[in-house]
Amino acid sequence: MAGAVSTSPARPGGLWLAFSKNRLSWVGLVLLAAIILVAIFAPFIAPHDPLEQNIVVRLEPPSAEYLLGTDSYGRDVLSRLIYGTRISLTVGFIAILIAMTIGSTIGILAGYVGGLFDQIVMGLLDVMLSFPTLLLGLMIAAMLGASLENLIIAIAITEIAPFARIARAPTIALKQRDFVEAGRALGFGPVRIMGVHILPNMISDVVVMGSLWMASAIRTEASLSFIGLGVPPPTATWGSMIREGFENILDAWWLAVFPSLAILLTVLALNLLGDALRDAIDPKLRAE
Amino acid sequence: MTQAQETALEIRGLRTEFRIGGQWYPAVRDLSLSVAKNETLAIVGESGSGKSVTALSILRLLPQAGARIGAGEIRFDGRNLAQLSEREMSDVRGNSIAMIFQEPMTSLNPTMTVGEQIAEAITIHRKVSRAEAMAEALHLLKEVKIPSAESRLHDYPHQFSGGMRQRVMIAMALACRPKVLLADEPTTALDVTIQAQVLMQLDELKEAYGMSVLFITHNLGVVAQIADRVAVMYAGEIVELAAVDALFAQPTHPYTEALLRAMPRVDRATENLEPIPGGVPAVTAMPPGCAYAPRCPYRQPSCEKDRPELVPLDDTGHLVRCPVRLAKGRG
Amino acid sequence: MIRYTIKRLLLAIPTLFVMLTAIFVLVRLVPGDAAAVILGDQATEASLRALRAQLGIDQPIHVQYVSFLGDVLTGNLGQSLSSGRSVIQEVLLVLPYTIELTLASIVIGIVLGLPLGIATAVYRNGWTDYIGRLVSLVGLSFPAFVSGILLLIVFAIELGWFPVLNSGGSTDPVERLRNLALPALNLGIIMMAYVVRVTRSSMLSVLGEDYIRTARAKGVRPARLIFRHALRNGLIPIITVVGLYFGTLIGNSVLTEIIFNRPGLGKLILGALNARDYTLLQGLMIIFAICVIIVNTLTDLAYGLVDPRVKYK
Repeated sequence: MAGAVSTSPARPGGLWLAFSKNRLSWVGLVLLAAIILVAIFAPFIAPHDPLEQNIVVRLEPPSAEYLLGTDSYGRDVLSRLIYGTRISLTVGFIAILIAMTIGSTIGILAGYVGGLFDQIVMGLLDVMLSFPTLLLGLMIAAMLGASLENLIIAIAITEIAPFARIARAPTIALKQRDFVEAGRALGFGPVRIMGVHILPNMISDVVVMGSLWMASAIRTEASLSFIGLGVPPPTATWGSMIREGFENILDAWWLAVFPSLAILLTVLALNLLGDALRDAIDPKLRAE
Repeated sequence: MTQAQETALEIRGLRTEFRIGGQWYPAVRDLSLSVAKNETLAIVGESGSGKSVTALSILRLLPQAGARIGAGEIRFDGRNLAQLSEREMSDVRGNSIAMIFQEPMTSLNPTMTVGEQIAEAITIHRKVSRAEAMAEALHLLKEVKIPSAESRLHDYPHQFSGGMRQRVMIAMALACRPKVLLADEPTTALDVTIQAQVLMQLDELKEAYGMSVLFITHNLGVVAQIADRVAVMYAGEIVELAAVDALFAQPTHPYTEALLRAMPRVDRATENLEPIPGGVPAVTAMPPGCAYAPRCPYRQPSCEKDRPELVPLDDTGHLVRCPVRLAKGRG
Repeated sequence: MIRYTIKRLLLAIPTLFVMLTAIFVLVRLVPGDAAAVILGDQATEASLRALRAQLGIDQPIHVQYVSFLGDVLTGNLGQSLSSGRSVIQEVLLVLPYTIELTLASIVIGIVLGLPLGIATAVYRNGWTDYIGRLVSLVGLSFPAFVSGILLLIVFAIELGWFPVLNSGGSTDPVERLRNLALPALNLGIIMMAYVVRVTRSSMLSVLGEDYIRTARAKGVRPARLIFRHALRNGLIPIITVVGLYFGTLIGNSVLTEIIFNRPGLGKLILGALNARDYTLLQGLMIIFAICVIIVNTLTDLAYGLVDPRVKYK
């Protein structure tokens, strides 16, 4: 459903305008910046070692010492939460980066080459797109085994198809533009045309949708971790913390609630930011 | 216009404003004109002159947020349309005053058959059964000369060509025998040959139904073909108003003159075409004096300070908004 | 219309094959020897061989593929390794609950979402719009299990309005509804957020179209304008998008069933995963794939019903 591509890269003015018009987008930006800072400076902010167990104080409600309480191994929830930020952001970012690279390449190729190749690729994409993201991720992660690398791979695979689709549409439109025809007439090879002429014109669209889909990637990561397919314990990830919280939900509500809020805020921030960016760069993408 | 003719629609001092960046600016300023019964009045002007806004103001079809009628009256059927409630207006629309638009390709609902859309125009305003409305719709389709009307009645708009869609629009507009038809550039988006057919059709129907037509266009050729009187608009005001022959014979306002010079004509060599330098001032940056002064070759110092009035040139009802040319004309 | 329907149904067949192949490949992606993984490293050589034979993985891959396709097409999805029952049986046991939950969620999502979405478009930039957009944004940001947990904590544990541990099944209709309420609400609210967003954007774009202006010029009143003219056209993209949402709905319902401890296909998958019951897992994937294909096809067909341009191309 991506419409015509915007051929001018987003001007700073346009970005500023979109941001100033939409107050919520500022909230998104500030929130995201804060979260990123937390991830970067985790060792300095976290009051305790996230892996340090202390059975004596297990399952304590929030207190002065342990601001968000402790879990069933006596570990500080707040510290684990802070370190968990690193995992979520890293997984989300890398997975999207991989998906963006592979997916856009496939999309551009399909759009440029056209014909039967394009039809087949489109068919496969449609199949992949309609399959539940979570189930796909679940299957892949289950088959590969639970680890950080496999998690990133699984999530990346689930996000390839959307990128392919969003790279393909503008490629088809751009392919017929005069400057591409001119390039071909001058003897430029297809790789050069695709890389130098087509790619830069759509990269803003792709990046913007990427930020929106990063929210989706983080959601998937949390869900997979919750199911138990994420990074194995004792590493602190939000999803596995919620799982633990779920197991102790009757006695220790704080174990589930705080990581939930963390996920919510992060995804919300990315959504707000992504929406604002999308409105700034190409309102025609709104149909997505 | 002789005083003996009855007035179908009269606009007095209309000011239509748009809200831009928090402030209200007039797109139509102090506009007055009247349309007599059975008369075709053409409103000519370039984009941004306010001609479409005038028509939309009559039927109050402007976007409800950000646009308003700031002042003036629109007298029709003994009432002031500018003050009617929305409910009363929807009784008028499509009923005693109808409007057709420029883009036939997008102006019809793609998910309703052509017959349903015409019948809808009828059932909204008349208490008739659906079957009767459809029968009338069929009759109307035949009137606008759609071939195979019986089967076409159940076709969807995408199955018609542009010219045919425009005829469907006309049929829809005339369904309730309106007294006044507002036509906003109905032929601009059509091929020249189709244009001629549609115009002819409109004319025939106008005669048959006894309607007044307010025809908006930027094409002086069309004006010459169908209009009885012409109003030339610039920057939200009427700058010249005359019978069609008088306008072409004696264009008095500098803008009218310039328009005629810029128009290709069979009896002149093409090298004499002169575009008008400059552009229409923005609604938000209207100059204090005469709006045309910046582009006018006859400009005097007083033109930029005093806003000119619309004043009769002679007693034939030819009005001009230019003191410089008026003086020249008379003196 | 008939031609379109047939074309669409025919398209479903290659799609099915592609999905089946993908599932086949995926399940056999397990690094190492599946039998060893299942039985652990204490297993004897004999039992390993027996399991491999049972699973059919001792055959060359193309033979496996053919027999796999053959099995699926004849309705044989194998037997669950953990329970011994046939996969189909396992599914049928829990299917009613899943259907119940899915239907309830869809109803909530549409009944709440469509009117709110229309309202935000019609009263654009008013209070309704802001609230609607906010609700939608927040709803879309919650992963399903997060909202589920929060709902559980607030309404079941703290307020006690709904049972915490429920088995979903009950002969008493009231009890059944109480069991259904929170899970359905969880899924329904997320779907509502989605529907509001897509309805708003679709209606806004339709309301700006020329034919709406023509209808207004004809004297059509606001109510009819919105429902007969705008919505009818606006539904087209809405249907498409809601159909696409089905995939997400499945994913979310898996999480919801886990949280609310409700029997259903979702929990079945989790159980299969934990027990390394690859046969059951594979069977469930196949069933999900078939459901997705059916929903996609139905969506396209519905699209054809609503949009005359498709019907009469």
